[in-house]
Amino acid sequence: MSSAILKPLPRWADVVLLPILNLALAFIVSGLVVLAIGQDPLAALNAIVTGAFGNGYNFGYTLYYSTNFIFTGIAVAVAAHAGLFNIGGNGQAYIAGLGVIAVALPLQFLPWWITFPIAVVAGAAVGGLWGFIPGWLQAKRGSHVVITTIMFNFIAAAIMVYMVVNVLKPAGILAPESAMIAPEGRMPKLGAFIPWFKNTDVNFTLLLALLCLVGAYILIWHTRFGFAMRALGQNPTATRYAGMSNSRIIMIVMTMSGALAGMVAVNQVVGVQYRLVLDYVADAGFVGIAVALMGRNHPIGILLAAVLFGALYQGGNELQYVIPGLSKEMVVVIQALVILFTGAMEGLFRPGLQRVFMTLSPRQKAAAVEANSVKSGS
Amino acid sequence: MDLGLILSTLDATLRLSTPLLLACLAGLYSERAGVFDIGLEGKMLASAFAAAAVAAVTANVWLGLLAGLAVSITTAGLQGAAAITLRGNQLIAGVAINMLAAGLTTFLGIQWFGQGGRTPQLPVTGRFQNIDLPFANELAGVPILGQIYSELISGHNILVYVAFLAVPITWWVLYRTRFGLRLRAVGENPKAVDTAGISVTRLRYQAVLITGLLCGLAGAFFSIAQGSGFGNNMTAGKGFIALAALIFAKWKPVPAMFTCLLFGFLDALQIRLQGAEIFGVGVPVQAIQALPYLLTVILLAGFIGKAVGPKAGGVAYTKER
Repeated sequence: MSSAILKPLPRWADVVLLPILNLALAFIVSGLVVLAIGQDPLAALNAIVTGAFGNGYNFGYTLYYSTNFIFTGIAVAVAAHAGLFNIGGNGQAYIAGLGVIAVALPLQFLPWWITFPIAVVAGAAVGGLWGFIPGWLQAKRGSHVVITTIMFNFIAAAIMVYMVVNVLKPAGILAPESAMIAPEGRMPKLGAFIPWFKNTDVNFTLLLALLCLVGAYILIWHTRFGFAMRALGQNPTATRYAGMSNSRIIMIVMTMSGALAGMVAVNQVVGVQYRLVLDYVADAGFVGIAVALMGRNHPIGILLAAVLFGALYQGGNELQYVIPGLSKEMVVVIQALVILFTGAMEGLFRPGLQRVFMTLSPRQKAAAVEANSVKSGS
Repeated sequence: MDLGLILSTLDATLRLSTPLLLACLAGLYSERAGVFDIGLEGKMLASAFAAAAVAAVTANVWLGLLAGLAVSITTAGLQGAAAITLRGNQLIAGVAINMLAAGLTTFLGIQWFGQGGRTPQLPVTGRFQNIDLPFANELAGVPILGQIYSELISGHNILVYVAFLAVPITWWVLYRTRFGLRLRAVGENPKAVDTAGISVTRLRYQAVLITGLLCGLAGAFFSIAQGSGFGNNMTAGKGFIALAALIFAKWKPVPAMFTCLLFGFLDALQIRLQGAEIFGVGVPVQAIQALPYLLTVILLAGFIGKAVGPKAGGVAYTKER
């Protein structure tokens, strides 16, 4: 069979060319949808790009969305390196809001740089717990982490509605939301330091997001535990024979993943809304799946993909004002297609691309044929 | 308690269970064949939109149903292409399908009908009407049995009866036909099926397309039978409750029916209990809403019984290695 002699792609093609091809395909298909309903896809693209990068105001909002997507993206990626599919980013990010508000309200009159780290720890603890339980159930009871995390998304949503409406809502307010955090406890917006960003929602949590990316890079590739989790992801039998505790790794990884997703709550509660509202996650957890797939589970890739999706979301918001009839859901379609093509239909381009590379490079071809003859000879 | 209240709660239970049951049986075919499907929600949503859109334009409920089925089956085919032919990740394919449906239905809805994503209110001919079974009116006077017949069993739309009819049919297909035997085998041990000279790919595609068909019925139920038009995200996570029910029923058709009835009953109960108290204690509605998910987690963890899925589920089949 021809599939046997296909050689893996060169690394740059795997991490750069293939995602770009898939992204291009997603854009082309969405463009066709726009064309089919009688609108101009290029005008739509132009509106999205201008809406996302046009000026400091637009770019500030792009970065605000990117902040959330970095957190959920790296959360999915950390789990993915250990072979776990954490589809519960939504629930983890949502429930973490409880931890954040629980410390932010009592500490609201302290300066923000004291509140902030405590809010981070509290959000990480609650989000981490929401990742730990599915991890524990997977490790000790054998229930599939995907199903459990889906269920936990819904359980989190129910708990949050109850907590916000019945516990956190002050008596005088009609809207389902907690009390406001005093101005002292609010995280400064980047616009306060860089006037170009104006009064947009991007705030100091962006720096935390970048720190998380660096931290994840070090953890995954430069620590003993990172090696263990990657080994588990590649071959759980091997890690077990090497004397590692698979269940321990699974539980730690899921806790970390949940804690990272929980940082969305920090951004939203002390950085943007200054209170706990309902549904503030807005499916950022699912965007994280697209970001991680697109970014090949690497922090640099995740950063780029998060900015790309941040731009799409912000541009999509502007799109509906520029071209009446085109709504921001266009962006959800693009995002779904990115997930489809980069995640589920990877087989669409890869074999063809491998063939192209083999015919292009005679040395590779020779090596491939040799590899094949060794395989069939043994 | 008075019989009327019980009957009306059970009546609501039947209605609320119907889409769950259709989606649950849909998932059963796919997962029994070894293709995990977390995209039930997306296929239902796509079908609900297509059915309502076509029914609104043509004022014909059957054309609406056909459109819903066609869209759902096509979506299932796309998912199948990713999961079976391209051997992609089945879970990610499901996520993509859900997102695609959520985005496209709203996007196209706004573009076509300009009502913020909703389709226009359907005319009478554009939706399935409730059917009075024979003698329902005559028997209504008979105490208990007659009341049960006329109020609970009679007077639903056709999709409710189709859903409950699909249970014995699925049981028969699964356990009494050659196709069913092979379907179960391909989910447990595709290699054995392949060795017997039966195409794994073909079987899995058949299963996935049946999943599409049943999801299409479930979706149409939302928009052109129970409702009267499509609203944004109108399936509201029911596809995931169906998935939970499937696991809870251990991938078997008859338990699936009882689980869906239970989950439907919980749903009917939480609507009825808004603000009410049981035994003097206010039960939060959210607790009842979360119960199906919680029960599934507990069951899956083996604390009450054990749910073990088809062995080859989630893995694409690769011929010879």
